[in-house]
Amino acid sequence: MKQLNIALVGQPNVGKSMLINSISDSRLRVGNFSGVTVEKAEVSFDFHGVSIRIIDLPGTYSLNDYTQDERVTKEFLENEDYDMIINVVDATNLERNLFLTTQLLEFNKKMIVALNMMDEAKKEGMCINEEQLGNILGVPCVKVSAATKQGVGKLVNRIVDFSNFDFEGTKLIYSEVVEEEIRNIVEFLEEKNFDSKLDYRVLALKLLQEDKSTYKKMHDEPIWIELLPIIREALNHLYLHYNTKNIDEIFDEEKAAFAKGAALETLECSTCKSINTTEKVDSVLIHKIFGIPIFLFLMWGLFQLTFEVGSIPMDWIDAFFISLGEYAKTIFGDGALGSLIADGAIAGVGAVVLFLPNIVILFFGIALLETTGYMSRVAFLLDGFFHKFGLHGKSFIPLVTGFGCSVPAYMSARTLKNDKDRLITLFIIGFMSCGAKLPVYVLFAGAFFGPEKAGNVLFAIYIIGAILGLIAAKILKVFVFKGKDEPFVMEMPKYRMPSFKLIWHTVVTKALMYLKKAGTFILAASVLIWFASNYPKNEELIGSFETKIQLAVSDEEKTSLENELKKAKLEASYLGIVGKATEPLFAPLGFDWRMTVALETGLAAKEVVVSTLGVLYALGDEVDEGNGSLMEEIRKNIPFASAVSFIFFVMIYLPCFAASIVFAKESGSYKYLAYLFVFTTSVAWIISFIAYRITLMLL
Amino acid sequence: MVTLADLKAGESVKIINVKADKDLKQRLGSFGVRKNSIVKVVNHSIAKSTIEIEVATTKIALRAQEAKEIEVEAL
Ligand SMILES: Nc1nc2c(ncn2[C@@H]2O[C@H](COP(=O)(O)OP(=O)(O)OP(=O)(O)O)[C@@H](O)[C@H]2O)c(=O)[nH]1
Repeated sequence: MKQLNIALVGQPNVGKSMLINSISDSRLRVGNFSGVTVEKAEVSFDFHGVSIRIIDLPGTYSLNDYTQDERVTKEFLENEDYDMIINVVDATNLERNLFLTTQLLEFNKKMIVALNMMDEAKKEGMCINEEQLGNILGVPCVKVSAATKQGVGKLVNRIVDFSNFDFEGTKLIYSEVVEEEIRNIVEFLEEKNFDSKLDYRVLALKLLQEDKSTYKKMHDEPIWIELLPIIREALNHLYLHYNTKNIDEIFDEEKAAFAKGAALETLECSTCKSINTTEKVDSVLIHKIFGIPIFLFLMWGLFQLTFEVGSIPMDWIDAFFISLGEYAKTIFGDGALGSLIADGAIAGVGAVVLFLPNIVILFFGIALLETTGYMSRVAFLLDGFFHKFGLHGKSFIPLVTGFGCSVPAYMSARTLKNDKDRLITLFIIGFMSCGAKLPVYVLFAGAFFGPEKAGNVLFAIYIIGAILGLIAAKILKVFVFKGKDEPFVMEMPKYRMPSFKLIWHTVVTKALMYLKKAGTFILAASVLIWFASNYPKNEELIGSFETKIQLAVSDEEKTSLENELKKAKLEASYLGIVGKATEPLFAPLGFDWRMTVALETGLAAKEVVVSTLGVLYALGDEVDEGNGSLMEEIRKNIPFASAVSFIFFVMIYLPCFAASIVFAKESGSYKYLAYLFVFTTSVAWIISFIAYRITLMLL
Repeated sequence: MVTLADLKAGESVKIINVKADKDLKQRLGSFGVRKNSIVKVVNHSIAKSTIEIEVATTKIALRAQEAKEIEVEAL
């Protein structure tokens, strides 16, 4: 069967995703472009005996190396093997979109222009003559509407038809000034009957555009000596005419003029009522006074949904995995195998699946914000503030999400298109204390400040964390991700009704991606941690405790002995050994070995810090942060200054395993995870040290 | 020289020069912000740190910092 590879290219927000969805009902395969965290969606289907594969390239305004998305698209178009380009164009923004089209024409590939959003264009009273546009561009143009599916069938037919024709080459007509110089060069080449694989016109253009490889090749040709003066003169003409010596700029200007001309000739507005709803909505949503409160309210709503409503299925999932673990133990016994399956594997998978409701709800909200066009308004409103700290207006959403859970927070940082902005944001998300750190704070605040003051202390902890995060961002910006500020130029798209199909698609994609990528790693990591906290087993110790437990008279004595055993076991495990060995590192912060071990188990998940402390203070692992006797023990055993220092450490150090893995995925490299580890640990150490010393002094 | 950053919301002007470096110039160009185009200032954020402008059918936001590099003249 004939195979047809098609690259779908267009500016952001022109409806590419929606078009690919309405072209085929077969499932989209979603992954990443190799080496970068840019989403790659493709769909394959058969049509009239042709096997068609469409690849959705990231939206890009032009083909420069400005953002990662642009680089990915450009590299794909330059280096990959494909048969045809479909350029999706927003018909309601014709001129701007045609600028990209002119750049695409230069690849000299078969191309079809899909004029999307025709339904909207009609509503706005626009009439586009696609035949004429096709003639001007030299490629077929098809009117479609991805939303109403009108013209989509015709587009697919056209693709197949067009693939059967021989390709004649695309042709961009420049202004008379440039065309004259092209003619001069072509004439000379014709006179010389120069032997060239490239079309003379294409060759002439490459020479005028100072294409390096063409120059290298032509340099070795005998006609070069004669050709050179002609080129030189041609360039001089152009420089003079355009009043600049930058040839890229000249050709950009040419293309812009071409796009403008093409739009002017083919676009007719019967009424051209520019629809004002966007402006009306904007007058409220980005109002100087009300804009930010409205946004905060919406965020608050999204958060309530994500973490309050999300906690309901989370409880079910949690309960399900716990009972599954218990069930597994009844099958595999209480021994090593049972423990590995129940406490290692099932608990690990449970920890992965647990975040799913959060991710689904949050991404539903974010997709809603993005497809309606509100996200850009958020950036507009907040950029002024965040820019002061080296961040971007869009950093807000990942950062605030970080207060709930770092996992979806890292994932949502993808809305930041610029590498540096995204990396800085990723690095400081951990400073926003996630929900899992709350139990630790509640425990310590309760133990040392009493119930009346605990609330204020908690609030202060969160605020201090956020402020430290902003300072850290600034420091990273100045010392690590330094260099010139990336300019901030962002489209404010029209408000659109959300398409639930599209949102659903985004949410499913995110959820699957999370399960697939993070799931495997988190599972492996949980098994590893299970192993480290259970081995080596000291049979002698267990034996001696078991006889004691059997001899115990009262239930009370029994429980206390069981708790002693748990403590002894943990102490003897690899984790305990590591904890004790690393104690000197934390001694300057005032931590004893128990606190050190608790911090280290906290790498698995922050909730574990509390249960580890429970075990280490021989209260068993069934304790939670509200447990009175644990608070009592902590107050008795931990000096106040050490407790303050501990809170700061927990506030800043590496987020849990699940989050760390997602961080590595989203930052694009494990190298960054190593940096994050070093960065957060050293910052946590320094801040805790300072806090410890100051508290000691004040006391 | 009057720049885009000096205007009030609602004013329309013609761009006479984009001083910015290559990257920003290309970026602005791909949105249609280039010499001789007509732009209208639509909105400002608090403290004028971000500016929303309209070029043809497109609305874009840019920082005051970038807007300072765009020289304009009255229509
Ligand atoms: N009225 C109308 N709206 C459309 C049409 N096609 C897409 N949209 C809407 O346009 C918005 C953007 O669509 P997407 O498919 O996400 O655009 P995209 O080109 O994939 O965007 P990027 O992923 O940023 O490149 C969504 O809100 C769609 O609902 C159309 O034909 N008519």
